[in-house]
Amino acid sequence: MDGSKTYADVTADICRPVETKPTRMWWIGFLISASLLLFGVYSVYREVTYGIGQWNLNKTIGWGWDITNFVWWVGIGHAGTLISAILLLFRQGWRTGVNRAAEAMTIFAVMCAGQFPVWHMGRVWMAFFVLPYPNSRGPLWVNFNSPLLWDVFAISTYFTVSLLFWYSGLIPDMATLRDRAKEKWAKAFYGVTSFGWTGSTKHWQRHESLSLVLAGLSTPLVLSVHTIVSFDFATSVIPGWHTTIFPPYFVAGAIFSGFAMVQTLMLITRKVMQLEDYITLSHIENMNKVIVLTGSIVGCAYITELFMAWYGANQYEYAAFYKFRIAGPYGWSYWLMMTCNVISPQLFWFKKLRRNIAFTFIMSVVVNIGMWFERFVIIVTSLYRDYLPSSWSTYYTPSIWEIGFYLGSFGLFFTCYFLFSKYFPVIAIAEIKHVLKRSGESYKEQMGTIEEESLEKFVEKSHHAH
Amino acid sequence: MSVKKFVVGSFDEEKVLFPAVKQVRKAGYKIHDVYTPFPIHGLDKVMGLRDTSLHTAGFIYGITGTTTALSFMSWVFTKDWPLNIGGKPYLPLPAFIPIAFELTVLFAAVGMVLTFCYLCQLAPFVKKHHFSLRATDDLMVMAIEVTSKTNVEEAKAFLSAQGASDVHVQEAETGWWFGRYDKASKLYQDKNETVIG
Repeated sequence: MDGSKTYADVTADICRPVETKPTRMWWIGFLISASLLLFGVYSVYREVTYGIGQWNLNKTIGWGWDITNFVWWVGIGHAGTLISAILLLFRQGWRTGVNRAAEAMTIFAVMCAGQFPVWHMGRVWMAFFVLPYPNSRGPLWVNFNSPLLWDVFAISTYFTVSLLFWYSGLIPDMATLRDRAKEKWAKAFYGVTSFGWTGSTKHWQRHESLSLVLAGLSTPLVLSVHTIVSFDFATSVIPGWHTTIFPPYFVAGAIFSGFAMVQTLMLITRKVMQLEDYITLSHIENMNKVIVLTGSIVGCAYITELFMAWYGANQYEYAAFYKFRIAGPYGWSYWLMMTCNVISPQLFWFKKLRRNIAFTFIMSVVVNIGMWFERFVIIVTSLYRDYLPSSWSTYYTPSIWEIGFYLGSFGLFFTCYFLFSKYFPVIAIAEIKHVLKRSGESYKEQMGTIEEESLEKFVEKSHHAH
Repeated sequence: MSVKKFVVGSFDEEKVLFPAVKQVRKAGYKIHDVYTPFPIHGLDKVMGLRDTSLHTAGFIYGITGTTTALSFMSWVFTKDWPLNIGGKPYLPLPAFIPIAFELTVLFAAVGMVLTFCYLCQLAPFVKKHHFSLRATDDLMVMAIEVTSKTNVEEAKAFLSAQGASDVHVQEAETGWWFGRYDKASKLYQDKNETVIG
């Protein structure tokens, strides 16, 4: 954290955007998002009324943009819990600046992701068939052997646990807003949402224990969710999907795209809300380091896949990768993916570029374009030429309603994010105060006198203190 | 719960708070609670609170989830409606691992959060007495309960001597009640409500 702050300064700084009137930038952003959302709602309306035929899916490409978008959003939804949970367990102090917004991002991204498989069902009013419930058909249960059902459990558990983790951390900060509120609606709203939090020592003790255990639970959960998403593909027999490398490769890709999305949002948030003291250049640099690491892991996975397709000596596998993926009519999407995900992030080896805000912003968008194309490549280029050349489909392009649905998910995501950034504290206030004495600049300056002391004197003093 | 009388003092530094808590306890006063804007590690120890067993509860919820998932899926596939799926075994244990894991996490997380809310009495529309509105901002607020043995003036002087500022007496309801924070609620027992901010 930069600048010398007191506890009261921290509260005031972080509460300021919530307590003042929204800026013009906020309104513009919010209205654009809301109109995208409305267009998405109309696109979904078309799909529900006239059926999946509204999308340009064809006889071999049953999963097109729709599932691409699903996997992309789920991937983005991984960084939030990763930042909160894994970095909490590793005691990474820098996480406190970004965890709250990253967790919120996770929840919104998973909400967006969930839309795609649900509306893809076509007869969406029968969506509850995926739940195991006693029914009038026997009862005939769902197939617990199916990775698609595992996905239902994984995504809904992930959403629930992320929501609980996020909200339990939010309660004390909502109480801060409640106790500062001047307007009647704010007192009512923050009064209800803070659940009557007082800040009692016993409650804090339980809160700490709760956060720690939820973090411990979320860590394997994050890894399991994208592993299970990758099972949707890996357990099939489609050349291009049928590979054992998928789980780790998907998890690394998810962290990669998730961190990129956190970067995009953080850079905007800190600028618009003037929170440069809390989301600092070293946060940005740390996240860029994670991006270059995970990007390289993803690159290794791409190369391993190509190697195995050749070394495995299976002609269908070989054709899927070498004839239909890196070459053929969709070759451009493969090379776009390679450039965005593997080659360009290598520039982050340079410290100057890691600490350059404009460059980071552009890279964060580039990475997410690349990661979208990764899923597109996996799904479409494995499907467009199947075992029977006579059914090889014509070139697949999405319809406007397919694109509209995707734009609509952006609308949903950013509408939620704008509302969140206006009405909720975007930085965890209590957690910042907790680390203030250790990482605040004014407190670091006072350390000078302690550092000059002799070791014996320091030991003696610290013994007296306890 | 009931309305009680408290001597209340505020601290703005952990350095001052810790010795004060020790001294106040040594002097025989009964600390009702210390309200802080952020978690202060070690304060619970100094106040003599026992460790929470919330994590044990979480473990129990977790294994309940595992058991539920495994026993339910096994019952469905072997007893209730055995399905022949491509000639695979009726009890495919490896295929049960993902759902068993997810339910473990789900049960543990939901159970723990509900237990946490129950123990701390947190819920929407719950209202409590707040000794100071700055206890969620920048002050650590200590409330000492006035018992039949407590001399209020002595207690106030003692607390001030420990470095507390704004030492005063409050009568407060110790429990919770349903209410909204934008409306001042009068409790039937409470003569001078101090919550309104």
